[in-house]
Amino acid sequence: MSLLSVRDLCVTYPTSEGELPAVRGASFEVGEGEVVGLAGESGCGKSTVASALLRLLPKDTKVTGEILLEGEDILTMSWGKLRTVRWAEASIIFQGALHGLDPVRRVGDQIAEAILVHSSGASGKQAMSRVGQLIEQVGLPARRARDYPHELSGGQRQRIMIAMALACDPKIVIADEPTTALDVMVQAQILSLVKGLQADLGLSMIFITHDLSVLVDVADRIAVMYAGKVVEEGPSDKIFSDPRHPYTRALGGAFPEIGDLTYRRAPSGLPGDPPDPTEPPSGCSFHPRCPSVMAECSSTHPLLSPAGEGREAACLLVPGCRIEEPAAVSR
Amino acid sequence: MGLAGLIVVLAWISVACFAPLLADGNQLSESYAANHHQPQMLEPSWLLSDQDKQRLEDQQGGISDKNRTDYLSITTWQYPLGTDDAGRSMWALLVYGSRISFLVAFAASFVTIALGSGLGITAGYFGGTTDAVLSRIIEAFLILPWISLAVVLASIMGRGLFNIIMVIAITSWASTSRLVRSQTLTVKTRLYVERARALGARDLRIVKGHILPNLFPIIFADLTLTIAYSVAAEALLSFLGLGDPKSVSWGSILDGAQNSGATLLGAWWYVLAPGICVTTLILGISMCGFAIEEIVNPRLRQR
Repeated sequence: MSLLSVRDLCVTYPTSEGELPAVRGASFEVGEGEVVGLAGESGCGKSTVASALLRLLPKDTKVTGEILLEGEDILTMSWGKLRTVRWAEASIIFQGALHGLDPVRRVGDQIAEAILVHSSGASGKQAMSRVGQLIEQVGLPARRARDYPHELSGGQRQRIMIAMALACDPKIVIADEPTTALDVMVQAQILSLVKGLQADLGLSMIFITHDLSVLVDVADRIAVMYAGKVVEEGPSDKIFSDPRHPYTRALGGAFPEIGDLTYRRAPSGLPGDPPDPTEPPSGCSFHPRCPSVMAECSSTHPLLSPAGEGREAACLLVPGCRIEEPAAVSR
Repeated sequence: MGLAGLIVVLAWISVACFAPLLADGNQLSESYAANHHQPQMLEPSWLLSDQDKQRLEDQQGGISDKNRTDYLSITTWQYPLGTDDAGRSMWALLVYGSRISFLVAFAASFVTIALGSGLGITAGYFGGTTDAVLSRIIEAFLILPWISLAVVLASIMGRGLFNIIMVIAITSWASTSRLVRSQTLTVKTRLYVERARALGARDLRIVKGHILPNLFPIIFADLTLTIAYSVAAEALLSFLGLGDPKSVSWGSILDGAQNSGATLLGAWWYVLAPGICVTTLILGISMCGFAIEEIVNPRLRQR
């Protein structure tokens, strides 16, 4: 059985202009020790998924579906149970380390907070020695625990965030764009650190990013999201080298290959903007931007269907694609 | 500017602390003053215009009326700042009065800040119905004209040091609350608060560990301005005769000056001395407060 299994997750934000469905039926599984990449452009709902996994969304948000962590549904568990699950079972590396740290408290104390919240027996001294250990684990000298966030560089702060995520030996770590806002050299360092830690500790991970090329390196499997839905899922090398969904192809094509002149002459982007989540297009939500759009795309909802070995895609181009029943479409 | 304010405030604090060294506390009692004072006729003629003199003389004896006012005296060697209408040394009154002013100002400010921050954080952090209810209460207190509220409260609760502290606190916590609430609203949306929640931290831990430390600078800046306000409020309430009748404060000296008609008698020192004390102290505290605010909010710095 997989460690984490998300089934048909829907998240709807209430706004003054009506309901905003940010996630409209996302399903994926994360196995023991497996890294699953969640890719997609801004606004496709990937960060919303991350917050939903630990029930961190605002109270008035509507969340349906199932999030099973070791067989227990996070969405229906009691607050007391949820509190122990948070961080001890599943932790998050937030995007933007700049704001993830409290500016007026020493970083060591902030890491220790996680330990103290979850092990009531731990003394301050024990917690601090564990903090030193954690900070060394992420490649910083232990004395940095006494620094304030403003005394650290962006990369160092992100390392602290990673140390914090590991503080309670979680089974699964959700990395929400851990490399955004860092320069490319530091990104590479952070990525190799995350990869190394994941392998050493045998962590399961959900790695969220818009950068497919990063995921190929890090992830075992990739789920590509578009407009709140998973449109393609499969082993990471296959997703990158042989995409089945036109959106995945466009996402992969948006990154130039260094040294290849054709990319420099004609950078391939994806024209248009992501759809307005309050009014998703009829049929396949990608059809208005799809380079290989067909007549029936605007009226048919493709579902995730088997598309080769161990992979799934939701596109009519995939032979034998299942479609949603018309009755359900009108809903 | 902040430094100048700090010097003034520190000077006043040391006056209050070392009052027994600077002035003879015995001089505060009216009976002592009556026994040790050679009644001396006030000669304010050099201060008054001829018409005034005429008018005073027409009124049953006028300035030469041998009464309490006879004890009023201007600067002498014995009384460096003159005396009040009971013949008490103005210097001693001012020095000892500073203690009451400080006591009331500090105590009232701390109550104000504690009440205001507590309710402000509760309203801002928990939001929803809690916020709606608390915000309406805050608004109700903001709308009420504070002087009339203070006068009514002081007359209901009676005169006394504790009561005047509570009156000042009750009439001034609302603006602190509003400030703290709005800051809480911004701080609670910061990512590190969400992170703390993701850690599984409880509300109390988040408020104590993350919200309060981030609000501290603004609360501190507000505290200094509240102290300045409390000094003025204490002086005003005492001047209106709502202060503690048993203790001397700057406001009650002014009240005495008003009751004995000091301005009319030309006893300018009686009015001016406590007035200058109140003004300099408030100015000093305000200058400190503005300086702190500038440090807290660098956008206020011009350059």
